[in-house]
Amino acid sequence: MLRSPLHDLHIELGAKMGPFAGFDMPLWYPSKIVAEHKHTRSQASLFDISHMGQASIVGEDSATELESLIPTDLKSLSLHRMHYCCFTAENGGILDDLVIACLGQDYFVVMNAARKEHDLNHLRTNIKKSAVLEHTENALIALQGPKATEVLRRLTPEICDLQFMTMGDFAIRGVPCIVSRSGYTGEDGFEISMAAETAMKLAKDLLNEPEVMPAGLGARDSLRLEAGLRLYGQDMDTTTTPVEAGIQWTISKSRRNGGARPGGFPGADVILEQLTNGASRRFVGMLPQGRAPVRTGTDICLEDGETIGRVTSGLVAPSVGSPIAMGYIDRDYASPGTQISLLLRGKHVPAEVIRLPFVKHRYQNTVKIQSNSNGGKSNV
Amino acid sequence: MSDTRYSSDHEWARSEDGKSATIGITDYAQEQLGDIVFVELPEEGDSFDAGDEVAVIESVKAAAELKTPVAGTVIEINSDLEDSPETVNESPTEDGWFCRLELSDPSELDDLMSEEEYEEFTSNLE
Repeated sequence: MLRSPLHDLHIELGAKMGPFAGFDMPLWYPSKIVAEHKHTRSQASLFDISHMGQASIVGEDSATELESLIPTDLKSLSLHRMHYCCFTAENGGILDDLVIACLGQDYFVVMNAARKEHDLNHLRTNIKKSAVLEHTENALIALQGPKATEVLRRLTPEICDLQFMTMGDFAIRGVPCIVSRSGYTGEDGFEISMAAETAMKLAKDLLNEPEVMPAGLGARDSLRLEAGLRLYGQDMDTTTTPVEAGIQWTISKSRRNGGARPGGFPGADVILEQLTNGASRRFVGMLPQGRAPVRTGTDICLEDGETIGRVTSGLVAPSVGSPIAMGYIDRDYASPGTQISLLLRGKHVPAEVIRLPFVKHRYQNTVKIQSNSNGGKSNV
Repeated sequence: MSDTRYSSDHEWARSEDGKSATIGITDYAQEQLGDIVFVELPEEGDSFDAGDEVAVIESVKAAAELKTPVAGTVIEINSDLEDSPETVNESPTEDGWFCRLELSDPSELDDLMSEEEYEEFTSNLE
């Protein structure tokens, strides 16, 4: 079992540990998932996400080569800007979702932990001219929540300048870091990459701030689900296209029919056809009645019992206070407000299709300065 | 006098009168499950064999079930849990009880572990 550079800290904090993508990771701390989740929505939480894959694509042909695997306009991505993307498969399915940042001619990518071996192999097999360098020497932590900027500004005032989905080099309390304003909780926040040996000090410095509590992978999952964010391997995989998964916005205009360089990525024929005509199923949010959580694999039905879809993620949402679910549904029933039925332990649970997310995103473009209302601009 | 007995599946059964027993999950079990957000209870009159699934327990992360460690017929349920499932986290062996069974075979209680034996059992798990 692999260990994150912060493993000893998790043990010290009394975390319940569990295996995730080959790593022994904190699932929750003694305050447990619901408290960690609510703390993230109201204050700021520190997540260890060192298990995720980090790599650089280096060389003057990086953009062209990456664009042959990804339907996003990377050539127009300006310096230090980031984009949420996916690797597509020949059948139009999704091989992984990832975040790519532009470092000039080079690119920095963050990949799902469970897909990192696959992704690196995929990159090395298909990218011939550029070098693919994995950063196993780096730790990765996320500071998420409405107080994240206030905390980080206290440690590093320059962080004010960072816009949502941009990154930069900073020294936090003397520790050199790559900081991006991003995350996967629906809240404002940052992801911080640094050398493994410096991670412990920085994590402890952050936890010493009064607003910051540690949060585990359990809260990370419940937060992303409320924010309507898909989890690879659960909400999307090689059998679901970006259009079906509702992340067609990752396919840039220039890569679509009528764009400057349409297609040229795996599965382009399938994906571009779906963009034109729509997919036969769509990814939606659902609000089940009652109190019972509706889990992955639950059938979505009509009242007469006909199956029209399948739940891919669901739980009792801590901030919503009731069950929520996401999944794929036949497009005829995908409109918000449609009444459907979920087959739970042999019983039909009524549910309503809703537009994602369940909890509004609160991404921020700039740091809110007290008594200055021009500071915070909502994105998305 | 009451005597609480424990199963290797982390359930407990407590009998006051030797004829009926209250059942629930142990502190170890609630700690493993994390925040419990939903409980589905059996109905009064339902009969179960030892090891049968009696109730559904769902935490934020996972679904589990309460398997009765003793056979019997449900004579009372703790319906407060339907509105306040977190009681199972807060007080697993007192307020967080699930149901009371009229025992089919009270001697089954003797096959379960004592508190000392159960403590020994859980201390060897991690």
